[in-house]
Amino acid sequence: MPLYEHVFLARQDLAQAQVDALAENASKIITDNGGKIAKTENWGLRSIAYRIAKNRKAHYVALDIDAPAPAIAELERQSNINEDIIRFLTIRVDEHEAGPSAMMRRGDKERERRSDRDDRPSFRAREEEVE
Amino acid sequence: MARAFFRRRKSCPFSGKDAPKIDYKDVRLLQGFISERGKIVPSRITAVSSKKQRELAKAIKRSRHLGLLPYIVK
Repeated sequence: MPLYEHVFLARQDLAQAQVDALAENASKIITDNGGKIAKTENWGLRSIAYRIAKNRKAHYVALDIDAPAPAIAELERQSNINEDIIRFLTIRVDEHEAGPSAMMRRGDKERERRSDRDDRPSFRAREEEVE
Repeated sequence: MARAFFRRRKSCPFSGKDAPKIDYKDVRLLQGFISERGKIVPSRITAVSSKKQRELAKAIKRSRHLGLLPYIVK
């Protein structure tokens, strides 16, 4: 069965319990249609870069799925109907990432990135260099 | 600069070992490749190889769809 990554955004005024229920519901759709959930990741309430359906923030949930295509079609169909889900993205991947995704390890990466950035010119400076 | 026309050959930030993996979820990484206005920076400035630039553009667009990155910054 192909592997997928499914990320959905839930409305900001939902409680965490309701978001968990939505994730539970999505997992149920997959398992009922003969698939498996490899991992569920909750990114929590994040602010969105632009307004989506009058929301400035959204609860993000990511699922790693191993399921046949019809199960994904059903999940997407139901996601479209559900008004608590404001957006979702499903992509097929060759393999699932082991361990937490980039979103979850942001905290510890921050420090090492900063240290090697000091001596590097910004994009603006490099742009002038090229011209 | 001593020699005006000498330019060091820049190498692609995504090639070589321990290069970062392009991923639509890695907002911090992708942010380095968009301008202040939120536009994708051309590869001639960032020195990303064309193969990786295509991958990068796709990742940025996916990220934008999920509201992780802006389409425009006004």
